[in-house]
Formats: sequence, C-alpha cells, structure tokens
Amino acid sequence: MDFFDDTIIDIQQLTFSRGERVIYNNVDIKIPRGKITAIMGPSGTGKTTLLKLIGGQIKPDSGSILLDGDDIPRLGRKQLFNVREKMGMLFQSGALFTDMTVFENVAFPIRIHTDLPDDMIRDVVLMKLQAVGLRGASRLMPSELSGGMARRVALARAIALDPQLVMYDEPFTGQDPIAMGVLVNLIKRLNNALGHTSIIVSHDIQETLGIADYIYLIADSKVIAQGTPEELKHVVSSQVRQFMEGLPDGPVPFHFPADDYYTDLMKGHG
Amino acid sequence: MKALIDWVQGIGSDTLHRLSALGRAGLILAQALIARPTPAQSFPLLIRQLYFVGVLSLIIIVVSGLFIGMVLGLQGYTILVDYGSEQAVGQMVALSLVRELAPVVTALLFAGRAGSALTAEIGLMKATEQLSSMEMIGVDPLRRIIAPRFWAGFISLPILAMIFSAVGIWGGMLVGVDWLGIYEGSFWANMQNSVDFFDDVVNGLIKAQVFGLVVTWIAVYQGYDSVPTSEGISQATTKTVVYSSLAVLGVDFILTALMFGDL
Repeated sequence: MDFFDDTIIDIQQLTFSRGERVIYNNVDIKIPRGKITAIMGPSGTGKTTLLKLIGGQIKPDSGSILLDGDDIPRLGRKQLFNVREKMGMLFQSGALFTDMTVFENVAFPIRIHTDLPDDMIRDVVLMKLQAVGLRGASRLMPSELSGGMARRVALARAIALDPQLVMYDEPFTGQDPIAMGVLVNLIKRLNNALGHTSIIVSHDIQETLGIADYIYLIADSKVIAQGTPEELKHVVSSQVRQFMEGLPDGPVPFHFPADDYYTDLMKGHG
Repeated sequence: MKALIDWVQGIGSDTLHRLSALGRAGLILAQALIARPTPAQSFPLLIRQLYFVGVLSLIIIVVSGLFIGMVLGLQGYTILVDYGSEQAVGQMVALSLVRELAPVVTALLFAGRAGSALTAEIGLMKATEQLSSMEMIGVDPLRRIIAPRFWAGFISLPILAMIFSAVGIWGGMLVGVDWLGIYEGSFWANMQNSVDFFDDVVNGLIKAQVFGLVVTWIAVYQGYDSVPTSEGISQATTKTVVYSSLAVLGVDFILTALMFGDL
C-alpha cells in the first residue's frame, strides 16, 4: 500500500531561516493521513520548529504548508485560529495552565470552541482523562502532578476536541522507563482508536521506531532519509547510521569546530 | 576614526532597536484591545485580574498613603507655624496629595507591586509554553491573557490613587488636628475653599489614568516580549519597574506643565 495516497499535510519547498542560520532549505515533507509519522534528527535541527511551522506559530521564508488544502502560512489570523481547531499539540513541557485544575485544563478547549452544556463537558473531560488513566487526578493542580502525569493530562487536553492531527513535541524526553512505556502505548492506542494523524518529533530512536509508520530523518536543513522503520534500518548512508545507532563520532563530529588542539594549548604558554 | 564610526553605528542600531520595540509594544496593545467585545468570556477574567492587580495592592497603598499624609501634616505644620498660618496645613496636605503625590506615588508603588508581578507571570507563561499552547488551542493569548490584565491595571490605578488621597488626608488630619492641635474647623474649611474639583481632583485623576496606561502597558509588553529563560524573565521584571518608574516621573512633568503651567 502506498502511504501517500491520502496525505493530510503536504509541505512543499519549505525554506526557513533564523537570522543567518538556515533551518530548512527547500524541504518537501508529506504526512500520510491516519498514520503515525515521526520526524527525527539530532538536537538543534529544528524539529520543533517544524511543528510550529505547521501550527502557524511562525511563518516560513518561502514554500507552502498545505493542511487539507489550506496553505497555513498564507491564512489570516482568524482563519488560522479556525484551522487550529483541527490540530492538537502536546508540548514538551506539557504546558498545562498552572492556574487551572487538571479538569479545567482539559475542559478549556471544549469550553472555548463549543457551546456544550456543563454536564456534557464534564462527561467528555472524564472520558478523555479516563483514556489517559488520570480520571482520578481531575481535581489536582498541575503543580501536584509528576512530569509523566502532566504530559498525559496535556495529551488528554490535546485530544479534547478530537482533532484530525495531533503533534507531539519530544513526548519521551526526560521520562522514566515506566512513564515512557505508558506514553508510547497511549500514543499508539489513541492513534488507532481515534483515527487521527500523529506527528511525533523525537530523538528517542527505539521508542519512536516501535510505533512510527513512517519516518523522516532531518539533518543539515534537509531530509537525509525517509521511509518505514524497516526501510531505514537498511539505509547505508553513514550519516543515517550514525544517528540510528547512536555512534558518538561520524559525519556529525564529536568535537565542536575549534583551532588545532596543540596550538590552542600552547597559546597559554606565551 | 573607526571608534567614531562604531559609536555612531551603535547609536543608530540602538535607536532602531528601540523604535521597533515601541512598534511591537503598540501592536501588542492594539491586537489585545481592538476586538469584538465578548463580555460573557472576558468579564470573569477581568474581575479575577482586578482582584489580583487592584485589591491585593490595597494594603501597600493604604499604608503608604497614611504615612505620607502624616509626614506632610507634620512637615507642613513645622513650616507654616512660623508664619502663624498652621490652619493652612489641611489645604497643603490635600493639594499636594490630590495633584501630585497620590497619582505619582501610587503609580510607583503599583509598578513595583503589580507591574512586576504581571511581567513575571506573563514571562513565565511564555517560558513554560502556556502562551504557545493557548495559541495552538485556538485562543489568542493577547485577548485572553494580555487584555484583561491591561484593563485591570488601567481601571485600578485611578481608584487606588483616590484611596491614597483619601487616606493621606486623613493621616494629615490625625497629625495636624488630633496631635498638633490645629483647629479642626479651619483645617477642613481651608481645604474645601482651596481644592477645586476640576482643576485639582479631576486633573489628578487624569494623571493617575495616564500612569495606569503607561505602567500596565510596559508591564504586559515586557512580559510578553521577554526572553523565555530565567535570566530573561528577571531582566524583564527589572525593566518593568525601572522603565515604568522613569516613565511615570517623566510623564508627570509633562502633564503638570500642561495642566498647571499657565498659572
């Protein structure tokens, strides 16, 4: 089966730079609908930036980002806020609103975008919290949650409106093995059960390979490899191998560019 | 020669930097405030912020107002008693408070108490991605976070300044009448005769209103535009207090010149 018969996002010739630094140089990325797509690559390659570009929080220098035909960088402010109803995003820190309870955090998007009566909102929120296993924590404040729990609450909030697209920004970073396993499972299960599309930005190779249907590997402002997890295991490029196998030195050097070691040391001795 | 060119270039880039910051601050305020009103959603948010920004500032305002009024009464008495005109203490206390001290000192205290808190709160919301996540949920943080905080400060400051004046005058009376024994009738009568509602009270309130705009605008802008790190937030908080204090004093001179300059 071809993944790309039905794409939800079609990024064409995307170029984005921050000051002098080019983050993306003429990149094409397609996200298949209903699948889990992973965007992987070393830290600092702008993976999170890609999610912000898709969310319309920043605008590219050139190129288009089509979400179901809407070109996100060219949408007006109002249309953009409407399109965002189709998206849910899980931020790295969870980004729960610290002045609201867990319940209110999950209820927030529902209250904003619907006119549902309170008892119905309550049902929906409890269902979402049940899905992430935290119905019992609904009265707690975000400061009372562990990191893993906060991320699960944030996940419940991200899927509160049943979005078509859920974006995960480094969902596994800084989680203990149990919380990590829980999250991996949840992402996979929710994707299958709710039928939305997931984009995971991550550099946790094993976890991501385990659940992703398709993977883009990004480095040096471009896509250096793409394919299913199985296909990526067989790519021979040394750059890809270095990342996939976590080798300390290779095309991505261990040392930050510097003067010759010997000359640098001798400088201190007149 | 090169040093000179660098210096001129430095001035130029600094000016451009400041101008663009001013533009950004203007845009933020415009985008936050110019919108179709949605009272059902924004009213509860405003009330909440009025509590945090206004009500919680009451204690510092009342205590400072009381002491400043008492000091004014004491100082005024020691000067005026030499001329045998200590009955004018009431008039002096009331005029200096209503015209000048109440709006200015309230604004300075407000910048330190509420402005810094607003900046730190908004900056931390930015650092913890709460503003971004609100945007992704489809809610404009300028409307939801910035607007109610701005209005709360704008509304609170004149009210706080009025309370400051009232408490200060009472403090002046405690010292002048109850302690130093000025005749109560002339204390109040002199005050009533000399304080004009429009020239003094309304002008003082206009000052407080302008300071409310300036201080709260600086506070929300510094928070929203802060660098989302611990260092960035601490710098933004400092800037809020320093810039708003300087702005209040500078604007006060301009307003005073406009209001009372032709006397």
